[in-house]
Amino acid sequence: MIEFRKEYFADERDDTLNEIGKPTQRQDMLGHVTGRSPFFDDHLFDGLLHLKCLRSPHHHARIRSVDTSEAERMPGVRRIIRARDVPHNLNTLLSLMGFGLDDEPMLADKKVAYVGEPVVAVVAESERQAYDAVAKIRVDYDVLPHVLDVEEALKPGAPSVNPTYPANTFTYHEKYDHQKLRFGDVEAALRQADHVVEGRYQMSPIEQAPTETCGAIAAPETNNRYVVYTSTQALFFSLGTAAKILKLSSNRMHFIGGTVGGGFGGKVDSIHEPMAILGCMLTGRPVKFIWNREEEMQVGAPRGAERWYITDGVMNDGRIVARKFTGYFDSGAYTRLSSYAIIKSVGHLPGPYTIPNVSADVYCVFTNRTPATAMRGFGITGVDFAIETHMDKVAHRVKMNPIELRLKNAYLDGDMKAHRRLAKNTALVECCQVVAEKAKWSIGPEYRAMSSLKGGGGERAAIPHTIIDNRGLARPASGLGSYQPPPAPGYTPTPAYTPPSYSPEPLPVRPYEPAQAAPPPAAPSPTTPRPAGNRFSSISGLRRR
Amino acid sequence: MPVSVRTFQGAEEAERALAASRTARYFGGGTLVMRAVNAGDQAFDTIVRATDPRLRQIQLQGDSVVIGAGVTMAQIIASRDAAFLAPVAKVIGGPAIRTVATVGGNLFAASPYGDFAAALLALDAKVMPVGGAPVPIGDFLDARDREPRRLVLSVIVPRPRDSRAFRFVKVSRVKPKGVAVLSIAALLPTNGGRVSGARVAYGAMGGRPVRALAVEQALEGRTLDEQGIAPALSAATDGINPQTDALASEWYRRQVAPVHLKRLLLDQRR
Amino acid sequence: MTRKPLQFQLNGSGKAIFVEEGQNLLEALRRGVGDLSPKYGCGQGTCGTCTVLIDGEPHLSCLTLAETVENRAIETTAGLAMGPQLHPLQQAFMDGFAAQCGYCTPGMLMAAKALLDRNPSPTREEVVEAISGNICRCTGYEPIIAAILAAAASGGGRRYA
Repeated sequence: MIEFRKEYFADERDDTLNEIGKPTQRQDMLGHVTGRSPFFDDHLFDGLLHLKCLRSPHHHARIRSVDTSEAERMPGVRRIIRARDVPHNLNTLLSLMGFGLDDEPMLADKKVAYVGEPVVAVVAESERQAYDAVAKIRVDYDVLPHVLDVEEALKPGAPSVNPTYPANTFTYHEKYDHQKLRFGDVEAALRQADHVVEGRYQMSPIEQAPTETCGAIAAPETNNRYVVYTSTQALFFSLGTAAKILKLSSNRMHFIGGTVGGGFGGKVDSIHEPMAILGCMLTGRPVKFIWNREEEMQVGAPRGAERWYITDGVMNDGRIVARKFTGYFDSGAYTRLSSYAIIKSVGHLPGPYTIPNVSADVYCVFTNRTPATAMRGFGITGVDFAIETHMDKVAHRVKMNPIELRLKNAYLDGDMKAHRRLAKNTALVECCQVVAEKAKWSIGPEYRAMSSLKGGGGERAAIPHTIIDNRGLARPASGLGSYQPPPAPGYTPTPAYTPPSYSPEPLPVRPYEPAQAAPPPAAPSPTTPRPAGNRFSSISGLRRR
Repeated sequence: MPVSVRTFQGAEEAERALAASRTARYFGGGTLVMRAVNAGDQAFDTIVRATDPRLRQIQLQGDSVVIGAGVTMAQIIASRDAAFLAPVAKVIGGPAIRTVATVGGNLFAASPYGDFAAALLALDAKVMPVGGAPVPIGDFLDARDREPRRLVLSVIVPRPRDSRAFRFVKVSRVKPKGVAVLSIAALLPTNGGRVSGARVAYGAMGGRPVRALAVEQALEGRTLDEQGIAPALSAATDGINPQTDALASEWYRRQVAPVHLKRLLLDQRR
Repeated sequence: MTRKPLQFQLNGSGKAIFVEEGQNLLEALRRGVGDLSPKYGCGQGTCGTCTVLIDGEPHLSCLTLAETVENRAIETTAGLAMGPQLHPLQQAFMDGFAAQCGYCTPGMLMAAKALLDRNPSPTREEVVEAISGNICRCTGYEPIIAAILAAAASGGGRRYA
């Protein structure tokens, strides 16, 4: 049962809503209980062909040669598809919006960079015949050293995973090998803090594991179009990606979807449709490409693993005066949505707290793992686990009630956030108060009296004088798709991480003084015309400055 | 190669067909064979089936019950004569699996499956191959994966004199059904309140069901209380080599085996 | 590729199709007959989306050799409704919001029907046991369990004839 706490923000809400809070029946429920909801595979085609892939058994290997001669002669085989058959054989979803470089082949060409990477596709009359033919393809691999750890991948001499980004990091703003966030002067604040609390947090990759596996059926349709039934969560993403990879005008494709058997983010960045359409283009017949369960779990992109180092400077009374992040997202072998996940996460830092000095360096790292993509709040959920665990650690250090510590540092309406937006519609305070009530943890009267609407803004709305740097300039890309030779021998993994010791100078404890307030940014006037060009938000610096 | 299906009325004919082809696989309930077919497994192209009625019979024979290798878990659960095995059959897969999963199939199922076989091992069952003499189940499991492959006609299971003497637990992460992290089967006959001739077997703690000989020895002559079972718990994984697989590591299995063994020996149902 | 004729009852109606040797029942129903209600989720017998009833017993159609259903009676979700009227289970799932993406729903309904046809007044534990072979990734199971109990309470069990 849901309990509505309508006493909070009561005057901001109009409670005469007709739909919200009412048990309105889903429009697809009748289809679900009668088995008539049309998932992508619930469409019958005469002469349907089946597409299966040969996949890399190695983490990292050069492809010396591929021999499909025996496979081509297998019964029922209609077409074998190789890398050279793919019109534009490099892709990343967000290059559609000018964010990032195409880096992932639809079929591997010169090398494979993760276990399960597709190398050859077989289209046959039946699934069994497709599997039988795949088994007859011979690939000669030259196994290369691989790297499966984000920090190892950034060390000099580490195997170079992704030819488009040979230094194993995504390039942000065409300049840096990581995404930066700078707000105030973290190093100075750490030196003045009473305590410095460090933590290291690690998440595993998480597989979305929907009940319906990913797939698409592409068939010739009227007017020289292809109709495509797909499991995608994002029809327009998939349409744009197919148009790019196949160099096919989007008006030659008719995408039908919207009935997804569980996505959870794993069907946002889908790459099935171009493969199925290509099979259809090359055979002239309907082609189905569906992942079996093992492919769904192993090859399907998970939520990427994250590793976070957090260093907090805390005063004895629990005020957090500085927070420093170093984050590593394990993007796997290709970019997918990890680059964007980091933008999201950096916009979220330092969490729902007002901290006067914040810095973050967050790396999108390429390793020889399965490429990672979106899943339920990706970019946020991982770092929130790290932040909240760290808050408890900080509370322990200053011997403070962990809920009171959060309330003390909570952001309030009108506060300046580290990425230079004013906080509004904040509610951490109220959440903490209700949690304390439900968990029967007593908090002091001053904390019970707090409100998100009171005490924010003013000095807390100032942007402090901020120290910036140019560390981490990316090495220029050596060219799209060019293969990097294996690293020189001598690469050895280093021992496990041990946190460095930190000894602040023994200065007398001083009360917190806010930095000299810089003039707040001018509010946009209604008559100021919006900048022309890209109409997407400035999440990643797309807005022209 | 396409898959072909050959169905025989007699178990002997089926065994001959199985022995004659290296690319044939026997279809018990189909739960493992069809899984392989669905994945396009290239190791076999022929499915051999037998509709021999002897495979589906459950019959009393003196102090034992003879269970056909084609008897399903659902049949075991419904049977009066094999009622002591119902608690084991009930945790083999979900309801639809139990409708078709067979005793014989479970005998040959690779770890981490094969929990029913672990129970039979603890019960000192004998395996009756087609056209052969009964083989003690331990010997059968040792030779199980070697050529030439034999077809099992039935298992002969001594019925425990005291129903409380036979205990079984399957430990899995997903409840109520899930693949075993480990399973433990124990036959604990007592004489004057002390254990006499215990047989304890683990499932999913190695390549196939194995007896925990060190535990059996440590239980001999002991009472089934905290103090009495202490030596057995210390020896819980002596001589056992648990595998590391997707479900659990060797280390984890070694850690939790004595915990579950304790609960089983003290008959603490959770 | 050898094709064998196969006849069986599907939701009370006689069907005659050809199946490939070694084909599973799920594919035979979906592509051979055109009944798209049972689903493919794993092909391994772990998810339950392919659950159908054969002679009243729950079976995983992806693990069933199509040729073994000769002359048997199969029930799928497509045959649950009685004309335009929903089966009590279907109505209870709707009323109880017991589906989100809907992919596990056909399998859940068949597992539930197998239970109620044999046991019209199950306990909650029996319901949980009956759907223990069906995975749902969306609802967290509680609405499904509640819906099956509600259907039982409204007389959703029929004596299997």
